[in-house]
Amino acid sequence: MTRAERYRLANGLAFLSPWLVGFVVFLLVPVVLSFYYSFCDYSLLQAPAFIGGGNYRELAADPVFWKSLTNTLVYAAMALPAGLLVSLGLALLLNQRVPGQSVYRTIIFLPSLVPTVASAMLWLWLFNAKLGLINTLLETAPFRAAIGGLNGLLGLLRLPPLQTPIGWLTDPTWALPALALMSLWGVGHTVVIYLAGLQDVPRELYESAELDGAGAWRRLRNVTIPMISPVIFFNLIMAIIGTLQVFAVPYIMTGGGPARATYFFTMYLYDNAFTYLKMGYASAMAWIQLLLVLALTAVAFWSSKRWVHYQSK
Amino acid sequence: MATAQAEKRAERGGGAVPRSVVPRPARRTPRRAHPERWVTVLALLLISVGFVLPFVWMLSTSLKTLDRTMEMPPRFLPDPVVPQNYLTVLQNPKLNFPLLTRNTLIVAVLSVVGTTLSSAIVAYGFAKIRFRGNGTLFGVLLATMMIPFPVIMVPLFGIFRWLGEHTPVPFLGTLTPLWLPAFFGSAFNIFLLRQFFLTIPAELSEAAQVDGCSDWGIFRRIVLPLARPALAVVALFTFMGSWNDFMGPLVFVQDPSQYTLALGLQTFQSQHGGTEWNLLMAASLLVILPVIVLFFMAQKTFIQGIATTGLK
Repeated sequence: MTRAERYRLANGLAFLSPWLVGFVVFLLVPVVLSFYYSFCDYSLLQAPAFIGGGNYRELAADPVFWKSLTNTLVYAAMALPAGLLVSLGLALLLNQRVPGQSVYRTIIFLPSLVPTVASAMLWLWLFNAKLGLINTLLETAPFRAAIGGLNGLLGLLRLPPLQTPIGWLTDPTWALPALALMSLWGVGHTVVIYLAGLQDVPRELYESAELDGAGAWRRLRNVTIPMISPVIFFNLIMAIIGTLQVFAVPYIMTGGGPARATYFFTMYLYDNAFTYLKMGYASAMAWIQLLLVLALTAVAFWSSKRWVHYQSK
Repeated sequence: MATAQAEKRAERGGGAVPRSVVPRPARRTPRRAHPERWVTVLALLLISVGFVLPFVWMLSTSLKTLDRTMEMPPRFLPDPVVPQNYLTVLQNPKLNFPLLTRNTLIVAVLSVVGTTLSSAIVAYGFAKIRFRGNGTLFGVLLATMMIPFPVIMVPLFGIFRWLGEHTPVPFLGTLTPLWLPAFFGSAFNIFLLRQFFLTIPAELSEAAQVDGCSDWGIFRRIVLPLARPALAVVALFTFMGSWNDFMGPLVFVQDPSQYTLALGLQTFQSQHGGTEWNLLMAASLLVILPVIVLFFMAQKTFIQGIATTGLK
């Protein structure tokens, strides 16, 4: 290494030093400790005692663990695709030049700014089975007619009819879908990212597609989607990481109920750590969560080779 | 690039330059464009009503008497209108709004100052200093963004407890754990600022270097002033993040005198809420209000900030 190189290295590390220290103290050490604790019996009050894979064996036989994992994955299977589709659809609509465009954009963006706790309070009230706005609206004529029609259809298929009023947060069947529905109110952030992506699609591509006789659907399918696929991919990764950590909303709104129907992975982790003081057990869950995030992200990256197109600029 | 497109459109004879620079498929046949446009407008109107309705309902409930909130079927407009609900909330000793606001502001302001400063310094190192290992360390930085908070919260709790026992400064039971990490940069903000610093022409810093300016001098006098818009984005997002954070205070704060708004509101709801919906909605609106005001004050910073995060 020459003197100049050594100087630059020292200088670079000096500038990086706040992050390097923070990275080691607040991230690397916790991650390594968490790995170690996951093999320990650790109650916070006493020093951790090594017990090998005991926590993991116990987890494998713990029905609550499986319930919380299933809930989280079922919720993700609903909220993740719905969120991505709805936000893409909204971005496409908001990208059309219509009068009042900026007003619509603001309206759809605003809910995503609402602090989680406040939106949890609001939706508790909206979902209230007796007095809530949603069930009140469902009692109005147009919705009753729609529900009547739906029940007719369900009857033909020999399925049980939809019972009203719906116990959004009190009926185990409805609680997870209700939370997924609520999450759609906050898609504004993702919509803005999509909009930025849409605005970067070169106009010429649409013009030549139209000259070739491509209709709206073909233009969407063959121009828009491929061109913004890196943005879709980015949003997908963010959604995976976010959805697997869901905590505040169910913690505040349902406390995991009814009958553990909304007891999410992170809630059980939190309870183990700070309610039952089973820190080792919680750490084992933490590592499973980390591996789950990494595995799903890896799958997304692997699949991206087939559908994400990066422009060479 | 965006302005270039707008100019192009203006040249084509489109009249005034549209405020938003949105390329959309050129419509050469107005006959076909019209019905599509109406469908779009109708859809946007309906969806907007759906998005606004919760806010309206919240406001309406917050101005009702308790009896009226339990009326069946509920009325849309509050009658009588009870703005005193807001005073009741602000003066409620169980909620202690002034204290909660003070705590939240302490955490938010310290986090904003800490993370903006430290992230900018680190981002300069990543963007402007070519040293061996820069790329590898940047890869590490990006990877850390994938680690969920729940994974590290248990050891972090232990670390803060240890620090409190082995230094004269108490950690747990104070607000410190909520803002201290901000002073060591945050991966997301460092990434955001690095991308911005990369767009600052190298000639500027090279000229300063020739004049004998150190890296710190270049950072202070050239990069920081130019980076103001990006720093505003970081400050804004950090403020929002602190204002919003629920899990951090839940884990690290123990004494009610240290509660933040998020934690205080949740505690109030779980203890006395559930029935007093008018007061709960008034309190929630009070928590939302600063965020909305901030948005309208810094709309551009918000939108551009979010847009850049997704594209780089």
